[in-house]
Amino acid sequence: MTKLGAFSRQYWPTVVLFAFLLASWQTAVTFGNIREYLLPAPLSVWNALWHGDTAWAGHLWTTTLEIIGAFLMAAVVGVALGVAIAWSPVLANALVPFLVFVNTLPKVAIAPLFLIWMGYGIFPNMLMGALIGFFPVVINTAVGLSQVEPDMLDLGRVFNAPKWKIFVKIRIPNALPYILSALKITATAAVVGAIVGEFVASQRGLGYVIVTTQSSMNTSVAFAALVWISVVGLLLYGAVVLLAHLWAPWAEGVD
Amino acid sequence: MNKGLIDLHEVGMTYQAASGPVEALAGISASIGAGEFVSLVGPSGCGKSTLLRIVAGLRPATRGTITVAGRTVTQPIPDIGMVFQAPILLKWRSILENVLLPAELAGKDPAKLRPRAEQLLEMAGLAGFGPKLPRELSGGMQQRAALCRALLLDPPLLLMDEPFGALDAMTRDDMALELLRIWGEKDLAREARKTVLFVTHSIPEAVFLSDRVIVMSARPGRIAADLRIDLPRPRTVELRATEAFGRLNLELFRALTGKTGGGTTL
Ligand SMILES: Nc1ncnc2c1ncn2[C@@H]1O[C@H](COP(=O)(O)OP(=O)(O)OP(=O)(O)O)[C@@H](O)[C@H]1O
Ligand SMILES: [Mg+2]
Repeated sequence: MTKLGAFSRQYWPTVVLFAFLLASWQTAVTFGNIREYLLPAPLSVWNALWHGDTAWAGHLWTTTLEIIGAFLMAAVVGVALGVAIAWSPVLANALVPFLVFVNTLPKVAIAPLFLIWMGYGIFPNMLMGALIGFFPVVINTAVGLSQVEPDMLDLGRVFNAPKWKIFVKIRIPNALPYILSALKITATAAVVGAIVGEFVASQRGLGYVIVTTQSSMNTSVAFAALVWISVVGLLLYGAVVLLAHLWAPWAEGVD
Repeated sequence: MNKGLIDLHEVGMTYQAASGPVEALAGISASIGAGEFVSLVGPSGCGKSTLLRIVAGLRPATRGTITVAGRTVTQPIPDIGMVFQAPILLKWRSILENVLLPAELAGKDPAKLRPRAEQLLEMAGLAGFGPKLPRELSGGMQQRAALCRALLLDPPLLLMDEPFGALDAMTRDDMALELLRIWGEKDLAREARKTVLFVTHSIPEAVFLSDRVIVMSARPGRIAADLRIDLPRPRTVELRATEAFGRLNLELFRALTGKTGGGTTL
């Protein structure tokens, strides 16, 4: 109850601002004589969300799968590469220049190649999201594993602890807040990747819906798709924040 | 050559810092017997922490040799309790889990040592703080938790770097008495006691606790004096009021400040 009170005390300005913007937008469109295909009114977007003839459920499902797949792939591969880099200098020397190179490539430019290699489907779109989102995870994992107070490592050496034990008991917990902080970026990147993938090659998904509205000038549907995308994106982001709260409560308010 | 538990022979240490070499220790030779309680005092930056790390085998000395229990030290030595100058508790672990960390790192069953950990926390005045995170404790409380951690495995050799530095005077005196109790001042024969190397900035604390106080000079740290404290044991609070205690304090003060002549006022 008090939590709810604190929450509303903190976020009422957000709600007020949001409502104000929506109202201004609606007023501007209604009385400013703006044409519907340029900027649909919030109410028409609302209608497109619930009553239009777009079968949202299917598209939503496809895009959500792509985003979650992209996120998980980026997280698993990113952490694994980060651990490899922090574990062995040889692996670090082998991997880091290569990863930096991959990261400087404009990933969007590779999307058409994915179409050639893998055709249509959700997997190439997942891969696109993972490709955009994995790099921060690698870097933050490696940094978090290496940036341990030297005194803490001495503590391990006093007890003659083997390298893997230092990793498990000291380095990995130390890296956890870094990793979780990178995953917040990855959550956003996964959304971008999935939508870009759908722009280039898809027959389903919210990105696909946006592309089709270009020819039909059905702008309110494009806006409705945007709303769905941000809902999925926000939920994923919220899940990561919650995870950070549960897994690394000691690092609260650090980033 | 002496045959102590810890033998230092002409030990020197020069750090290679970015700004150039820093000579921290020079020509340190000393022998510390098993079961001896030895304090190390000296001005800030004279290399006390450095010397503890060298004895522990955490840093190699750049000159001289160190032997502990007859073996030349080249890597971290086993079975020691180390209290660092900062508490360095793992911030993601509860206080109890921090105290149990040595068991886990040394491959022992932490569940078995839990009662001992709880007992140590109680001794340190931290009963009930076991489940808390380090950041919920004051600096002095964290330091006491670090002391419990060092004592968990009942090590025969204790290396302590200003373990009571962040404590108020009263808690500090209490902890000193506790330390002497754990050391076995009352109930253990000399040989059965732990060997303690104890860094402090407090002259009365050094006198109260020790069998011997080694005084170091400013950087590069050298041994300026080696004082035997022949006060009777067990040491009691009343001892602090005796003339002998005062005389040793003065003697130590003079050794530390280099004012050896008469007429020095405290
Ligand atoms: N890692 C390091 N690199 C370079 N110089 C160092 C390093 N550690 C310590 N020193 C230098 O060595 C000297 C001794 O340091 P040390 O920490 O041993 O002093 P100390 O006697 O413990 O001082 P204090 O009483 O303030 O704790 C200092 O001048 C310090 O600047
Ligand atoms: Mg020091």
